[in-house]
Amino acid sequence: MDALHARISRNPAFHALQARRSRLAWTLCAGVLAAYYGFILMIAYAPDIFQKPLHTGTSITLGVAWGAAVVVISVGLTGVYVWRANREFDHLNARILEEAHREPLA
Amino acid sequence: MSLWPRLAAPVALAAPFAAQAAEPGKGLNPVAVGMFMVFVAVTLAVTFWAARRTRTTRDFFAAGGQISGFQNGLAIAGDFMSAATFLGVTALIFDFGFDGLIYVVGGIAGWPIVLFLLSERLKNLGKFTFADAVSMRLASTPLRTLAATGSLFAVVLYLIGQMVGAGKLIEVLFGIEYQAAVVTIGVLMVLYVSFGGMIATTWVQIIKATLLLAGGSVLSWLVMQRFGFSFDALLREATLHHAQGDGMLRPGLMTHDPVSILSLGTTLVLGTAGLPHILMRFFTVPSAVEARRSVFFATGFIGYFYLLIFVLGFGAIALVTREAGYFDAATGKLIGGGNMAAIHLSHAVGGDVFLGFISAVCFATILAVVSGLTLSGASAISHDLYTNVFRPHATEQEAVRVSKIAALGLGALAVMLGLLFEAQNVAYMVLLAFSIGASVNFPLLFFAMYWKDFTTRGALLGGVMGLTVAVGGIVFGPTVWVDLLGHESPLFPWKYPALFALAASVTGSVVGSLSDRGPRAARERAAFAAQYVRSQTGLGAEGASVH
Repeated sequence: MDALHARISRNPAFHALQARRSRLAWTLCAGVLAAYYGFILMIAYAPDIFQKPLHTGTSITLGVAWGAAVVVISVGLTGVYVWRANREFDHLNARILEEAHREPLA
Repeated sequence: MSLWPRLAAPVALAAPFAAQAAEPGKGLNPVAVGMFMVFVAVTLAVTFWAARRTRTTRDFFAAGGQISGFQNGLAIAGDFMSAATFLGVTALIFDFGFDGLIYVVGGIAGWPIVLFLLSERLKNLGKFTFADAVSMRLASTPLRTLAATGSLFAVVLYLIGQMVGAGKLIEVLFGIEYQAAVVTIGVLMVLYVSFGGMIATTWVQIIKATLLLAGGSVLSWLVMQRFGFSFDALLREATLHHAQGDGMLRPGLMTHDPVSILSLGTTLVLGTAGLPHILMRFFTVPSAVEARRSVFFATGFIGYFYLLIFVLGFGAIALVTREAGYFDAATGKLIGGGNMAAIHLSHAVGGDVFLGFISAVCFATILAVVSGLTLSGASAISHDLYTNVFRPHATEQEAVRVSKIAALGLGALAVMLGLLFEAQNVAYMVLLAFSIGASVNFPLLFFAMYWKDFTTRGALLGGVMGLTVAVGGIVFGPTVWVDLLGHESPLFPWKYPALFALAASVTGSVVGSLSDRGPRAARERAAFAAQYVRSQTGLGAEGASVH
């Protein structure tokens, strides 16, 4: 490992950023996969429930609504990630890189 | 999703395109031909412009890293929204009702996963292909060979699927011979790729994505207008016309075996994250920030388009089924074959002129997608195999020249195989391409970036096991062993092998890595820390210092 990489690797701010970023990424990932595999498991094991109307008097079924919801959730959660990354992570990342470059390498 | 799902449907769909060369517009549609000519002229002009800007390998493979996040988002969406999605998924809903939606939902759900887990790290680690990221701290020669094999397998199988589907489609839409259609596509895609490289391929994709989004929007608007912009009313009308009535909204018309459904679901969501021609787009932007923006825009465009597919699929049931004119009087089948539901729908709501417009958009779509595939295959041959395995000291000019030759070779191969497989059901090839993406390329990339103890031995064992189960599962499964080769019963009972191939690949990777105790493995584990810093911060990333 070269000196710059080693220096960043020792910087607690790097690990703090890392922990926050992965917590967000894995939480959102779990959200998408739960919505998606929920949809898939319902198709596999409870097709009758998916055929039920969303509420009385509509022809839109629970399955169609859930499917559309997965599309909307997917787009929405990518938005959440990009928003958080733009607002917090880029800025912290830039500071970590700047700190690493500031001191001359021994 | 550039899958050809209509053909991938479990029912044997040997594309009944037969001899009904008289397309739905009755005779050659002048709007379709005119618009297509304009598209070809514009894209060739773009190629000429791009060729003058393509000098280095970075220009050729990664458009010089100068594509913006928004442009790349459109291009990625373009790669994903193929004619197969537009026509194929609409057709699946038309036939199987609710079950067709699985393809839409599975296609979109892969994108957030790509964003959260892959896109930024991939951009920070790689140069031109995903194999760069995989082989960063592992043994370059065997790993690049494995990754390039995975890429080429996926690309060639996928190309054949697109070529055969496209040839048949164009035969019906434009009334030209199948052979002529396949050769036309082959010639144009080789021109785009070998002269214009990634710059031309990206702009062709952007132009097409814009056309497809516009065409899909107008078509959906016209359909919704018929129902007073009420999706409820549209769906009610659709249940009145579908052969299964209300039953078409119950899951299970296409497939009802739970294991198959789970495996299909996994193929779709992870296959996306392992398609080489999509992964290589992350190298066309200048930074990880732009890579992230690309996925955001791509997901937005794809999500929007997929919601339109809900309208088009059920709209086709509501509006096409009741018009006897769209069906062959003798057989009762849809004129031009099952894939034509969306095309007939455009005629039902917009007449001949709109039908022509939509047909031309479909042709443009096919061309753009096969170009991206060809470039991706050419980069696997030139960058992964030639430059990094066979000739480590090759110059830039040599690498670009080899890519151009590879593009020509792949084009010729695609045309030849396209002609050879004309009468075949090629659904299994596309299915296999997606399964390889899900069970070989994705785990390889994921472990290389996330798991400290992953070693070369684990990668090779996992990759080979995943590939073997994916290929074996398709060949000995119901699609090829029974439907194509005519055996009594399949040796591998499930239609979609991805779930099993993924399990094999993960097992191989874990067992191979943990049992690897040699000095090379120790070096590889030690190198993880630096790779980790680079993947997270972009320190030392390709092109990071050039501004």
